[in-house]
Amino acid sequence: MDIHEYQAKEVLSRFGVPVAKGGIAYTPDDAVAAAREVGGERWAVKAQIHSGARGKAGGIKLAKSEDEVRSAAEALIGMTLATIQTGPKGKLVGSVYIEAATDIEHEYYLSFVIDRKTEMTMVVASAAGGMDIEEVANTHPEKIVRMSVDPALGMRPFHARQIAIALGLGKGMLGKAAEAILGCYEAFVESDATMLEINPLVSTKQGTILALDAKMSVDENALFRHADLAELRDKTQEDPRETFANDGGLSYVGLDGNIGCIINGAGLAMATLDMIKLAGGEPANFLDIGGGASPERVAKSFRAVLQDANVEAILVNIFAGINRCDWVAEGVIKAIEEVKVPVPLVVRLEGTNVEQGMAILRAAPYPIIIADSLADAATKAVAAWRGFQSQKKAS
Amino acid sequence: MSVLLNKDTKVLVQGITGRIGTFHAADMITHGTRVVGGVTPGKGGATHLNLPVFDSMKEAVAQTGATASIVFVPPSGAADSIMEAADAGITFCVCITDGLPTQDMVQVKSFLRRFPVEKRMRFVGPNCAGVITPGEGMMGIMPPHIYLPGRVGVVGRSGTLGYEAAAQMRAYGIGISTSVGIGGDPVNGSSHKDILELFEADPDTDAVVLIGEIGGPQEVEAAAYIKEKMTKPVVAYIAGLSAPKGRRMGHAGAVVSSVGESAQEKVEILKAAGVHVAPTPSDIGATMARVLKVAA
Repeated sequence: MDIHEYQAKEVLSRFGVPVAKGGIAYTPDDAVAAAREVGGERWAVKAQIHSGARGKAGGIKLAKSEDEVRSAAEALIGMTLATIQTGPKGKLVGSVYIEAATDIEHEYYLSFVIDRKTEMTMVVASAAGGMDIEEVANTHPEKIVRMSVDPALGMRPFHARQIAIALGLGKGMLGKAAEAILGCYEAFVESDATMLEINPLVSTKQGTILALDAKMSVDENALFRHADLAELRDKTQEDPRETFANDGGLSYVGLDGNIGCIINGAGLAMATLDMIKLAGGEPANFLDIGGGASPERVAKSFRAVLQDANVEAILVNIFAGINRCDWVAEGVIKAIEEVKVPVPLVVRLEGTNVEQGMAILRAAPYPIIIADSLADAATKAVAAWRGFQSQKKAS
Repeated sequence: MSVLLNKDTKVLVQGITGRIGTFHAADMITHGTRVVGGVTPGKGGATHLNLPVFDSMKEAVAQTGATASIVFVPPSGAADSIMEAADAGITFCVCITDGLPTQDMVQVKSFLRRFPVEKRMRFVGPNCAGVITPGEGMMGIMPPHIYLPGRVGVVGRSGTLGYEAAAQMRAYGIGISTSVGIGGDPVNGSSHKDILELFEADPDTDAVVLIGEIGGPQEVEAAAYIKEKMTKPVVAYIAGLSAPKGRRMGHAGAVVSSVGESAQEKVEILKAAGVHVAPTPSDIGATMARVLKVAA
């Protein structure tokens, strides 16, 4: 789960990481008030969306007067900001963060991730900050510093000093830089973050260190022990189709095609999407219905898939282990009767209680297309979708 | 023979008195698994499913002589249960639970590394379907009737895709020595390579199906092992050819975040290592059938 820059900075502050003085604003009036509160003569007005690369997309504006703060806030709040990370659809700017402008001496890059190879927290840092780090890694790998942190020991001050020295933050800056790096590590671990990126971390002309930007993702599996972080979820930053499905306890990812999918198991779901593509179709979504799918849950899945107006056919593919095909079949019937399914429906059932499940589908007075294998299901779904499309064009 | 589990393996169920633990423990027993007891802290001394319940893994191991355990404990307590199993001297543990915090798994792996290799508990999962040796026993939640006993090993992240592979092979009369679900989490107990090593050494396994997916370095690591060390043929399928970059596809670990993690790249790397990559998820059985005929 991503959180906003201003929220990540609140977390970082709690762990002693220095950040610029700032305030959040939901209206232009609030923005001016926040600028007064922050003080000084220059401010950065920063669009709060769940994405990096906001600066290049025009989401960060510098203001030299209260009027400029107001006009920047007026321009940003309510707009949809598209960055290279959000894609062309962009994300709604609901608020702006007003921050005291900083006299930057040098920009650094600092991030923390869980490295799947070493299975430890990995620190990635570079003196080439403020830039796209993947670009730096490709063109100048020697400019990247990496360090794995033993989880049993944690990060020690000497580790943090090693990173600071490698970045060229020696002499008078060493203590401050090491303290900021240690604070970031503590914030990362204590918040159960999966990613924390400070790009840039800056040294200022006044000789201080500041986290000038902050991007943070929190492990959704760990939210049970972080009630405060769980509250930071911002549904306006999510695909509304995903909000609907995920609130219903379904694992759903919205895609751009026309064939709606209801499948059990993440691997089988991915494989089914692959099969649809190979058969010449485009999936509208990924949906893993999970184990122990009751008829109600199946019906709920149909509702989630049909939220998407682009759906022109539905494919249900269930290989039941702990699931039961007869329950799934009952759910399909329930969905047709309660939700109404205005598009062709292809169902493939396999595994536990498959005979009972198939009998229910065959006995039903509805035009359900039955498939007997994964390949057959994908082929029939694509054919049904094409048929529906030409019917739509004809009418 | 088989890997990890056979009809003689004595198994404890951690979380045996819970709803999910009860259901699957009963199913495991029905299908021949030698379940010898369970652990639920605070319920020691009780009898459940006609089996003794203990307060701690130490006590359970001492009383029953069990060497394996399966964890059905909810996410907040699962990591603790896995470490308790290792501490009690269990040699093989499966965790079915989905939803463990990644930091907890980092702690678990760190804890396991403290044991010398020869005493280190082998651990599979979490967020997996478990392990089955058809006809002998299962430590998992799979539908056992779809598995034909035989001589092909299966290792995969996904449970249901493992079922799909087993069913496709059964249609060709190809059976399975052991099927191992390693789970969909970013940090997990055993990697593809760890399980390939077991199959390579198992005299009763002739070939292996590897089912990978987008995200993480484990398929690439497996490819290097196959190229350098493996003598038995490997058939593979990588799920997520159509997955967009940066999106998490259900499994917490199924997200392309760096170079070498997309399905296309993994397929190329596996092919270069001599692996028979099934062109579609529907061709896993057919590809294995072709490979075994060639080998025979």
